[in-house]
Amino acid sequence: MADTDTATEEAEEAPATDEAREALLAELQERLGDAIIDSLIKPGDELWVRVSTEGWAEIADVLRHAMNFLYFDFVSAIDWMPSPFGREMDAEVDLVLAAAAGEAEEPEAPGEMEQGYAGGDTRFQVFGRVLDVTDLRGLIIKADVPESLEVPTWITSYPGAVWHEREVHEMYGISFAGNPDMRNLYLPGDFEGYPLRKDFPLLARRVKPWPGIVDVEGMPGDGDEEGVGDASATDESEAAQ
Amino acid sequence: MTATAGSEREQLAYIAAKAADSRVNVELETEGMTLNIGPQHPATHGTLRIVAKLDGEQVISADPVMGYMHRGYEKLTEVRTYPQVTTLINRIDWLGSFANEVPFILAAEKLMEVEAPPRAVWIRTILFEMSRIANNLLGLGDMAAQLGAVTPVFYAFRDREYVLNQVEAVTGGRFHPNFDRIGGLKDDIPAGWIASTKDSMIKMRQAADELESLVFGNEIFTTRTRGIGIIPAEVALEYGMSGSNLRGSGVDWDLRRDSPWGLAYDQADWKVWTHPDGDSYSRAWVRLQEMREGTYIVDQLLDSLPSGPVMAKVPRIIKVPEGEAWVETENPLGAMGYYIVSKGDLVPFRVKIRSASFNNIAIVPWVLKGVYVPDIISILASLYFILGDIDR
Repeated sequence: MADTDTATEEAEEAPATDEAREALLAELQERLGDAIIDSLIKPGDELWVRVSTEGWAEIADVLRHAMNFLYFDFVSAIDWMPSPFGREMDAEVDLVLAAAAGEAEEPEAPGEMEQGYAGGDTRFQVFGRVLDVTDLRGLIIKADVPESLEVPTWITSYPGAVWHEREVHEMYGISFAGNPDMRNLYLPGDFEGYPLRKDFPLLARRVKPWPGIVDVEGMPGDGDEEGVGDASATDESEAAQ
Repeated sequence: MTATAGSEREQLAYIAAKAADSRVNVELETEGMTLNIGPQHPATHGTLRIVAKLDGEQVISADPVMGYMHRGYEKLTEVRTYPQVTTLINRIDWLGSFANEVPFILAAEKLMEVEAPPRAVWIRTILFEMSRIANNLLGLGDMAAQLGAVTPVFYAFRDREYVLNQVEAVTGGRFHPNFDRIGGLKDDIPAGWIASTKDSMIKMRQAADELESLVFGNEIFTTRTRGIGIIPAEVALEYGMSGSNLRGSGVDWDLRRDSPWGLAYDQADWKVWTHPDGDSYSRAWVRLQEMREGTYIVDQLLDSLPSGPVMAKVPRIIKVPEGEAWVETENPLGAMGYYIVSKGDLVPFRVKIRSASFNNIAIVPWVLKGVYVPDIISILASLYFILGDIDR
């Protein structure tokens, strides 16, 4: 019974929230014009907006001071470069799983860099989220990071961004113009490198194989020609009901 | 940036800076002193260090130093399969263990377009709320301990076991259940669990009452918390505070009610508690009410628990389709979210972990400016952070 309840609710809600997100996007486009480069709406889920690097601070300013998006959620960054270490970075157990799925391929060459939702042109992107807690609206904002690895800061609109920007700075080497405090947050002050970049190796995985392989138990259905053993596992739990 | 918006912004920044400065008495300026609090402090959950510059007994500036527990989860998730990640993220907020797994699993389910069966959703919500009860209870007991009352913390540790025993009976782990799966749960609940959980919920209500009369009626407690560490709603919002801390500043926002996606909170009748004062007392008070409210949610959901399987049909080898998903839930310490970027592989491409305490504690330099040294302890205790949740 409850299942059908939630199902109908979702069916009713999805178009409504979609309209709300489209209205929000339209309002942003009106206020910011060319600063908005791309956007994506997943009905009933989320709105992604990509702005130009210069528009990164502007959109925060508009949302905070003109549109009642008072709540600051987070700021972070993505490195879109595929890991140059390929599958070597994977744990031993992953390779076993891949072999079971019939996909034990050679260490593949890093693929093309491909940005996610709302597109992108650069290796690094910053992204963040703000919310309107009275009307319950929210969106994810993305911006490309230029070669200079410098984007404007959000702290003039959202003071809470200061630690988030420090974290992005130490983890990705992206600096935020206007943020006076760019000291390392977690890492030692003399740490070299930017750990969350894809070309920063996770040394623990490189110097010795992941011991998880020792713990792998034989699973029901092992040796199937297909790796997809959905039937056996769920039948058991149903029988237990 | 438009001129008007810019100047307005500068004005607001100016006002905020003045408000913080006005709490420091510049007339009595003496030679400053630096007080190093931590990194070892017996009452903090982990090792936070605060470098406080003092003028007499007032704090001029406070600078938290973190990283003593930084484990680099965001990097580690990139080399682990989705089912392996839950083992890691259990350790983020170790007092709200099960609740850590839920948003990640929900985000992965969103990408895979898998929906957990109703019974799994119900049990998830029940365990989620039980994490909150255990977490809030210990937080309150610990706060009392930091303010000099040793008894409540022992009561809290004692009574928390009633919840943890129930969690252990289902998941096998008191702290690190690792029980949530993409598409449902590892197992169903054991026989007799519903009745024993209801008993334990009665005990938790008694514990809440006991704690209320023991702590909240205590004159020393009220004197040390009332009017101390006031955080106005606007400041709390722009620093991204969440959970009881935000509602203690009078903001009526709770993801359990406002974004119940994937969980069964909309199937229970309950109330979001807020307190308008924004001081240490109100944060603790909201935490106590939420703990009690949680027991009612658990009771109602146990009554309406649907039958059926606890696991949807999912492939045995989890490959998450390409895409991005963001799910945020109202965890015991506040809003916790996972932003998953998938490239259609066995492992996530990028996982951004938005943990509650990180934002909750980012306000420390602001709120500690101008307070007296003993109030540092009261304020930090009322903000109730867990270092694993800050350092990740």
